[in-house]
Amino acid sequence: MNETENNAMVEMHNVSVGTMRDISFVVLEDVNWTVAPGEFWTVAGQQHSGKSDFLMLTAGLMAPVDGDCKLFGTDTRIFGEAKLAERLHVGFVFAGGQLFNQLTIRENVALPLQYHRDLTSGAAAPEVQTLLELLELTPLADLAPPDISDNWRQRAALARALLLKPKLLLLDNPLAGLGTRHRHWWLRFLDQLWRGHDWCGGRPMTIAVTTDDLRPWRSPNRKFALLRDKKFSPLGPWNEVESANDPVIKELLAEPMETTI
Amino acid sequence: MDRKNFFDPAPPQFYAELMRENLAKTFALTDTQIFRRAPLPKSYTDFLGRKLFLFLLTLQGLAAFALITLGVILRKFRTARNVIGPRIRQEIARAGVALLPMFLFVALALGFLVIGQTISTLARVGATDYLGSTMVIVIVRELGPLLAAMLVLARVGTAHVIELGTARALGEVEALEALGIDPVHYLIVPRVIGMAVGVFALTVYLIIGALASGYLFAFLQDVPLTPGDYFRQLAGALGWLDFALLALKTIAFGFFIAIVTCYHGLAQPLRLEDVSRVAVRAVSQGVIVCVLIDALFIVLYLMT
Repeated sequence: MNETENNAMVEMHNVSVGTMRDISFVVLEDVNWTVAPGEFWTVAGQQHSGKSDFLMLTAGLMAPVDGDCKLFGTDTRIFGEAKLAERLHVGFVFAGGQLFNQLTIRENVALPLQYHRDLTSGAAAPEVQTLLELLELTPLADLAPPDISDNWRQRAALARALLLKPKLLLLDNPLAGLGTRHRHWWLRFLDQLWRGHDWCGGRPMTIAVTTDDLRPWRSPNRKFALLRDKKFSPLGPWNEVESANDPVIKELLAEPMETTI
Repeated sequence: MDRKNFFDPAPPQFYAELMRENLAKTFALTDTQIFRRAPLPKSYTDFLGRKLFLFLLTLQGLAAFALITLGVILRKFRTARNVIGPRIRQEIARAGVALLPMFLFVALALGFLVIGQTISTLARVGATDYLGSTMVIVIVRELGPLLAAMLVLARVGTAHVIELGTARALGEVEALEALGIDPVHYLIVPRVIGMAVGVFALTVYLIIGALASGYLFAFLQDVPLTPGDYFRQLAGALGWLDFALLALKTIAFGFFIAIVTCYHGLAQPLRLEDVSRVAVRAVSQGVIVCVLIDALFIVLYLMT
């Protein structure tokens, strides 16, 4: 085992991934993946290729059907309350946000801080407000999630995941359904986080995203992988992705079809 | 944990292991789904057998869920009090204070319809000496607690199933887990404590209101009974055991109604269209649980 693997944030060896609905239904097999600190991974796959389940397993939200999966060196099969400190180093942004509809945006963002540090809403307010301003969410802070658009809901979910300043940020198809302006904002902001944002004290953040459209993630500094036919295949850097002859990769790189009436 | 089929017994650490993983699937009723989604049975014995297995599986799940919730209440008593405390107060308001106007109406109706008539009938046959014990048995021991529990089940229990079922279907439970927040602690504990306190408080309120309005009705019918005599009759028929068992019974009603409704909300639906079906099932099971608890307390009263 080399030094990179010793310090790895995520290590998967021969992992089989089930689904959240039925853990015995395998969507991916023999996954071998290592994420070193400071890496930016883009994991691409078509619809129903198991992207969400793969990311949830990575976050320790479900145990692997088979194989070993470790987060910060801790086996995720027993990734329960005893390993809460490690769990809080992972930020997770669900596809669609999955905010709590009974709470306002401000309360949604504040919840993890209040719960884990046992703070009143007043005591948590300054830190929450700073993050809301950073993500341009202040005007919407007192609205409930159903009252705002998908674009802002997704951004609020990012704020909630970032509040505890995680070391590893996992994002499930974060650009899906966003408008052009929001997509650009997301790409720019994630790049800043990866390089080291002031919010995290300038510490570079390790990031892994899933996507069904590779084009926005074009960058020579990122690592790419593909989920297809129950397999996880590392693709190498962007120039290799772009020159690949694989029809699935070509489809993930293709322009969306224009529809005319 | 690796069971090939339902007939393989679950190892003793089954729920403990799942709880340690702190995952939403802890209460997933995969076994009951097998029975519920199976084709129609070919014979009555198949039908009865299926119902029996479903009953046993539900009982097992409910017992495990109740124990887990009790464990979380005790273990996390001091965890995140600034978050859980306001949620408990909110639930007490919902299962208690918010229902006060409705309970005032029910107390008046109960007093006028049942107690007033009982008092006037007893007075007519010259049996007012039995008034105290009749009121204690009918209102304090039986009708008051059971009626309060049923009303809270209908008003708040159904809301629990729908809220939790929707939260589960929309992935909010997984979102809590991703934030390192125990869903049982955040979603269930406030509801269970709120409902236990709510049913107890509302029962006391209902009993006092019903006894007072009952006397008022009798007074309007010119029953020859002074308020002092009425109060003395009631006080004489009430023992310390009635107060203790009333508290225990109403807290048990509240606790188990919350357990049944939260269990069905959290355990079953992964799709929005399942929520209404599960709400109906939770309410019917809630009624059964209340009647069973009531029967248990009748045995206790008879033994003491």
